[in-house]
Amino acid sequence: MPALLEVRGISCRYERRAAVVDTSFTLEQGMVASLLGPSGCGKTTVLRAIAGFQALDAGSIHLSGHCIADRRGGLPPERRKLSMVFQDHALFPHLSVEKNVAAGLFARAAAETRDIVQSILEKVGLAGMNHRYPHELSGGQQQRVALARALAPSPQLLLMDEPFSNLDPDLREKLRQEVYGLLQDIGATCLLVTHDQQDAFTFGERVGVMRDGAIEQWDTAYRVYHEPATRFVADFIGEGVFIDGVVSAGNRIDTELASLRGAAGHPPGTRVKVLIRPDDIIHDDNSPRCATITQRAFRGENYLYTLALPSGAEILSLVPSHHNHAVGEDLGIVLDIDHLVVFPA
Amino acid sequence: MAALCLLPVAAVLWLALFPSENIWPHLIATTLPGYIGNTLILLAGVGASTLLTGVATARLVTACEFPLRKQLEWLLLLPLAIPGYVIAYLYTDLLEFAGPVQHALRAVFNWRLASDYWFPEVRSMGGAVMLLGVVLYPYVYLLARASFLEQSGYLPDVSRLMGRGPVATFFHVELPIARPAIAVGVALAMMETLNDFGTVDFFSVQTLTAGLYDVWLNMGNLGGGAQIGATMLAFAVLLISLEYVGRRRRRFYQSASRFGGRPRRRLRGRAAWAALGVCAAPVLFGFVIPALLLVSHAAGHFEAAWTPRFRSYALNSLWVSGAASLSAVALAVVVGYARRLRRSAAMAAASRIASLGYAVPGAVLAVGVLIPLAAFDNAADAFLRAHFGVTSGLILSGTSFAIIVTYVIRFLAVSIGAVEASFGKVSESMDMAARTLGHGALQTLRRFHLPLIKSGVLTAALIVFVDCMKELPATLILRPFNFETLATHVYHFASDEMIEQSALGALFIVAAGLVPVIILSRTIESAGRLDPANPAPPADARAP
Repeated sequence: MPALLEVRGISCRYERRAAVVDTSFTLEQGMVASLLGPSGCGKTTVLRAIAGFQALDAGSIHLSGHCIADRRGGLPPERRKLSMVFQDHALFPHLSVEKNVAAGLFARAAAETRDIVQSILEKVGLAGMNHRYPHELSGGQQQRVALARALAPSPQLLLMDEPFSNLDPDLREKLRQEVYGLLQDIGATCLLVTHDQQDAFTFGERVGVMRDGAIEQWDTAYRVYHEPATRFVADFIGEGVFIDGVVSAGNRIDTELASLRGAAGHPPGTRVKVLIRPDDIIHDDNSPRCATITQRAFRGENYLYTLALPSGAEILSLVPSHHNHAVGEDLGIVLDIDHLVVFPA
Repeated sequence: MAALCLLPVAAVLWLALFPSENIWPHLIATTLPGYIGNTLILLAGVGASTLLTGVATARLVTACEFPLRKQLEWLLLLPLAIPGYVIAYLYTDLLEFAGPVQHALRAVFNWRLASDYWFPEVRSMGGAVMLLGVVLYPYVYLLARASFLEQSGYLPDVSRLMGRGPVATFFHVELPIARPAIAVGVALAMMETLNDFGTVDFFSVQTLTAGLYDVWLNMGNLGGGAQIGATMLAFAVLLISLEYVGRRRRRFYQSASRFGGRPRRRLRGRAAWAALGVCAAPVLFGFVIPALLLVSHAAGHFEAAWTPRFRSYALNSLWVSGAASLSAVALAVVVGYARRLRRSAAMAAASRIASLGYAVPGAVLAVGVLIPLAAFDNAADAFLRAHFGVTSGLILSGTSFAIIVTYVIRFLAVSIGAVEASFGKVSESMDMAARTLGHGALQTLRRFHLPLIKSGVLTAALIVFVDCMKELPATLILRPFNFETLATHVYHFASDEMIEQSALGALFIVAAGLVPVIILSRTIESAGRLDPANPAPPADARAP
């Protein structure tokens, strides 16, 4: 099956500054993916380019096999048959909920429009709110109206720009799950842009981690976390620290903590950095190996301890919070690494 | 669009540099130094008086609590509704030798002749400074007040904690922070002063504007007029730079955030009366007295003034101003939306140039519009004569078309400012939402933008309309033979010392002028309550 969205080597500039550099990825029909990165990494520019609000300096974008944009220009946004949801929801304040949702259905007959609006409002749980105005709705409800409006014309592709950033944390988690479920139900293809890892993990059939205008890794959420392709991805996703190691014979890496299996193809003698995530370090009072607690952060269900190894290197450990230890104490630890992540030092 | 607005300026400069009859040497040798000197004195005087009045009143209403403070906060804007030339006639009438004040004084003290006592001459440079100051200070007041309100409450607190008293804090912290905004206000007041013709003409103060009229209307020397106009442009450029620097620095100086209002210091006893006096005096002299005089004159001579001719002048005013304000707003929507669709440096520059007209004095602009229009008319006439043997006369320059074009160029800045402010409140994602939902650029404008910016556009139209109604200098130069607007009508009657007959017209102009001032003061009130970070949009609109 051909890819629904194909982004081929696009580059974009603002004034003189390169915002996106030679970026490519593809999205299959029905896939829910996200672009993740720090602010200013170019992720929103990619979204704007796909929607048609940003000219390309190189490369091309294809939707359902048709080229919709390249260096010479492209289809205007209104003819691309895609929808967008915005951080500020961008509801038209002078129109009721019903009219907002119908904003993309102006070419259809009145009866058909009414049916579509009704069914989509039911799907997002806003049946009966037809005649309210945006300012009469809560943040979560506004978000749902924005989603309903975007989905009403049955777009080929749904683009979402930081859709959950304006919501408070509880509501954000709830809506994230809801929206994801809804998109799965109707089989929508969706690309979401976010700086929030949790957003990206939920909409994570593919996650593109971006930095300085380029995608560093385009992969499933699981692999982006456990098998980061670059040191930036490893640093940016999740918590963790790097400790020094040296590749020894027999495909092993000797570190201060343990000798680990799997040298990832580095020849013996190579100095490397090994990623240690907080969940790789398990607290065990019976372990002969100890590290000194230098900091601790209470997180409710667990503590995040910062531990100093004899060499002075620091590692993190996530420990259930009934294991209450003071700063300065020694903590017995066991190393339990499933995925060894190694980069040359 | 930008080219359209640059054309008059270019025409003036071209004619000034290459006139058919060079009077530069003559001008420089005779009158020009005097014109420039008088203009400088007038600008400095008005600048100083608006600065003092504007800052003092703004400070009092924002930092202190005294009787009638809330009312004065918007009453202080009212003098803005009174054109300088109207107030000039009124006070002359009131204070001259034959006027009621001196009459009363003579009756009380048994004086008989002017030589028996000393009384200041109203029709003088000092009088012009005082009267222009009392109607123009609201520009400074408005911007200074907004700036005092916007300042973070923490900064003065920090200064107080570090050991400065309230007065020292005001001069070392609050005033410097508000300085860019105040500079903008003073620059605007000075631009209006440079533009003024009615007052200086009536008071025989020989400024550049008065000189331009003299050379152009009395001596019929277009090149000489253009040369004086070019000198005025130099002043205008100075004022624009002052304003521009003020605006640019303002961005760095003021954060939009405001942490609640600071409590106002409650004044008691003599201090409260003094504060009330300081704030009430400008309102009294700048609005209450002139308005009462106008009403009494107008009521006393209603029969004589309310003639068919008067009504036709009023209609002239209405339709010329209406046509100009609609065109200015339509152009502003085009410029604003074009800027939104294409955010390029060139677009931004174009819209900036398009709004330079407000700094160019009306008289200069009028001469500048006349030159290309007359050239066009002559060419068209020659063409028609050569090919069809008929004469077209003056199609553009001899009709109200020239007036409308000049109004549009002069007040485009006002409409662009207001319309862009309204556009600015519609988030960009709104455009993107509409476009991705299948609406084209024009449809997006019609269905989603226009309903949202409607009130801003209406306000802009209204302000431009009223500014056009008041406009005197350009109208005087450009009006076709026998074509009078209310403003020129008032000017003609009043300069013939027939103030009573002109009062009705002046009252109409003032009444119209009150409308935007009321809108402004309502925004001030609601801004005080709802959204302190967002100063009154029409204030920004006036000066983008």
